[in-house]
Amino acid sequence: MTPDMTDLDHLESQSIFILREAYHRLKPLAMLWSLGKDSNVCVWLARKAFLGQVPFPVVHVDTGKKFPEMYAFRERYAKEWGLDLIVGTCPPVEEIDPSLPPAARSAARKTAGLAALIERHRFAGVIAGIRRDEQATRAKERVFSPRGASHRWDVRNQPPEFWDQFVAPIEDGAHVRVHPLLAWREVDIWRYIAREKIPVVDLYFSRDGQRYRSLGDQDITFPVASAAGTVEEIIAELYASREPERAGRAMDHESEDAFERLRVAGYL
Amino acid sequence: MNAPFDPLPAAPLPAAEMPTPIVIVGHVDHGKSTLIGRLLHDTDSLLAGKLEAARLSSEKRGLGIEWSFLLDSLQAERDQGVTIDATRIPFTLGGRGFVIVDAPGHRQFLRNMITGAAGASAAVLVIDVAEGVRDQTRRHAMLLRLVGVAEVIVVLNKADLLAFDRARIDAVSTQITALLASLDIAPHAIIPVSARHGDSIATRSSHLAWYDGPTLTEALAALPRPLPAVSGPLRLAVQDVYRQGERRFVVGRIESGRLAAGDSVAIGAAGHRATITALAGWPTPPAQTAGAGQSVALELAPEVVVTRGDLLYHPSAAPLRARRLATRIFWLRQEPLRLGESFQLRLATAEYKVRVSAIERVVRIDDLSAEAGTEVPPEGFADITLTAAEEVLFDPFRPEGGGRGVLVDGHQHIVGGAPILGIAAGREHVFPLDAAVSHTQRAAAKGYRGAVFWLTGLPGAGKSTLARQAEQRLFADGIDAVVLDGDTLRTGLNADLGFSPREREENVRRTAEVARLMAEAGLVVIVALISPQAAMRAEARRIGGDLFHEIHIAADVATCEARDPKGLYAKARAGALPGFTGIDGSYEAPAAPDLRLDTGRLSVAAAAEALITFIAEAIAPKGAVAEGEEAAPALARL
Repeated sequence: MTPDMTDLDHLESQSIFILREAYHRLKPLAMLWSLGKDSNVCVWLARKAFLGQVPFPVVHVDTGKKFPEMYAFRERYAKEWGLDLIVGTCPPVEEIDPSLPPAARSAARKTAGLAALIERHRFAGVIAGIRRDEQATRAKERVFSPRGASHRWDVRNQPPEFWDQFVAPIEDGAHVRVHPLLAWREVDIWRYIAREKIPVVDLYFSRDGQRYRSLGDQDITFPVASAAGTVEEIIAELYASREPERAGRAMDHESEDAFERLRVAGYL
Repeated sequence: MNAPFDPLPAAPLPAAEMPTPIVIVGHVDHGKSTLIGRLLHDTDSLLAGKLEAARLSSEKRGLGIEWSFLLDSLQAERDQGVTIDATRIPFTLGGRGFVIVDAPGHRQFLRNMITGAAGASAAVLVIDVAEGVRDQTRRHAMLLRLVGVAEVIVVLNKADLLAFDRARIDAVSTQITALLASLDIAPHAIIPVSARHGDSIATRSSHLAWYDGPTLTEALAALPRPLPAVSGPLRLAVQDVYRQGERRFVVGRIESGRLAAGDSVAIGAAGHRATITALAGWPTPPAQTAGAGQSVALELAPEVVVTRGDLLYHPSAAPLRARRLATRIFWLRQEPLRLGESFQLRLATAEYKVRVSAIERVVRIDDLSAEAGTEVPPEGFADITLTAAEEVLFDPFRPEGGGRGVLVDGHQHIVGGAPILGIAAGREHVFPLDAAVSHTQRAAAKGYRGAVFWLTGLPGAGKSTLARQAEQRLFADGIDAVVLDGDTLRTGLNADLGFSPREREENVRRTAEVARLMAEAGLVVIVALISPQAAMRAEARRIGGDLFHEIHIAADVATCEARDPKGLYAKARAGALPGFTGIDGSYEAPAAPDLRLDTGRLSVAAAAEALITFIAEAIAPKGAVAEGEEAAPALARL
């Protein structure tokens, strides 16, 4: 690392390196855009990596249950940022594995919608803005995470990955989940949003003493108590907080392995 | 119930400093995850609800508080009490940031351990003091050395099981000190602890009054900060070339050194020169100078051909170049590495086709001594020579970067790491360092690649006949082909050699060397030589590297004897030619030649046709790079 690089410069540079590797190795490639803070940073980094214009489609897998503010955000910035937007739909909850706890079952709609979209477009690579510090099973992820034809995450048999060498499997029907933000922490995301002035949905900011720290479907996502009304106040709050980021995401907490089961089946 | 461990809240850090990555390694069940869980707890680093969740997970399995459950997030890990894959946890200590990597200790998960360890700048090696040094202790220590993790803290865990007995703990301390010394590693500290009970983790323990070294937290805080790689020579590994309208951008990351607009740089093996006219960026143009670790986009003038894998460097500090590389590998495939296997060698963004041309020394894991060997066992270590099809540009391996070779197989699986130590000793078949024309350039200019086609078979099988026919036809097609015939060579270059086994070997060796030189000069060389022993032909293949093709001209002895064009079988039958191959000298038919032609069944014309077709395919220039335009992937919709 060059002495005049800050930690954010370093994270940014590494993410750009990963995005460029993905664009070289995986064709066709797409980026998931959940409209949340992390995926906005992801889109922003892609614009940096490719000098202003994202050279592959940006995908929103729409459960139909997002907040109205999120849909408004999507329409505005897809246009302003010149994104090639693909909106995918999700099957009704009745078609999802009934053995999952209720919130996880609801969240799994997104997995099914994503799988259908990947198959329809035959994507070889899908970029997702997950981070290691969000959740314990994500802490075990690879930057290039191979998925077989069934889209399952074979967590017990992940390939070696070191010295920034990323490989793409060549099996039929397989794809790679690319994770350029794995090394970022929640506070890094907000510091970067502050530095780069990246727009985010207003729901992250406190209204009536509450704000959303993590955004999902309306019915299974809950706000946390907070007075933070600006990006800077959120950063200060995070430095002081001991609460986990996904405390407001119901599907993480229904049973010990609920989130692991979701992820193994192809959830992000 | 909550998931057992979501990592820690981000504490404020000095803005310019990346966290120090620390990997925790050691034999399975020696207590790595427990140590980390305890460290997080004792430094008050746990998020709300995490300790309670771990307690519940432990009780559900009939256990007391199991500290490792703070880390082992997978159901299978908690059920089996084994860490399967590395977990990374951000952690702060006294205002300094760390990322703790919990690496698995089970041998089966070495690939996961290496994934966690390769990016670390320091390591904590955990040893169960009641068990002492075990296989994975040695293996992990060796790996730390190979991937360049030089800063090591040793933790002697489970000291409570020895009642904190000084003499017994000191004995293990001596054992591990000797092991690390054999790897040139001097540990920062050797700390007796009980992770389960918290002795010597964050606080001093009354059980260890005799111990006057640091606690684990003190030792971590004292670790040196990672060194910047900016001081080395400029190395930029090209990832891609993007076009926007008329502008072309060479993108990549600076691996070491610095560059600035106005710099003159050399590009790749050909060494073409260009000037950096500008550093480009979005949304605003960036600083016009950049250093190690930065991803950049450069505009160059004039518009020389640049492709992915090219290295940019200052002409005054060029990298080494060679086709034969001495490497010290760690092998991750579940079956042995064997002599003669081919792989893709990845080095930053470059990819080279390489063959394992020698296995020099294989490490014995029980005492880390090295001995000669013919294969490298699964998860083993060895010094091997890799021979590349073209010149490799490289810097010798250093902990801070450079020489980080990675082996990839035909299924695009990473099968090993191959830190490059230098140019392999012995014969180095490369053009002089300042040679103006490379093999690749010759191929591009002539429209075909020089190569060696080694025809082996019994006397009378048809080697010379087919070689001559191929030579004539290729020559007629404008290809410079030449036949090296065993008999002809024995009248000149090899006139001093007889037919003893040693002299036959030397005959083959000289022929292979000459053939390779001619092929490197751009000629298509057809060798017609009985070369009866597999070992001889393996040597010829080693010398010829990727230019070498083995062709078995197959016909049974009866057929050959019936032909007997030179009357040799008759003489041998009469006893005039002792050791004659086919009569009283054995012929080892190739098990897997690149081509086999059965001249007992094929007509001369048909066999010659098959041979010529094979040669034509082999010498076609591969992956010809068109000049500039087509090589650069255009950005969509620009």
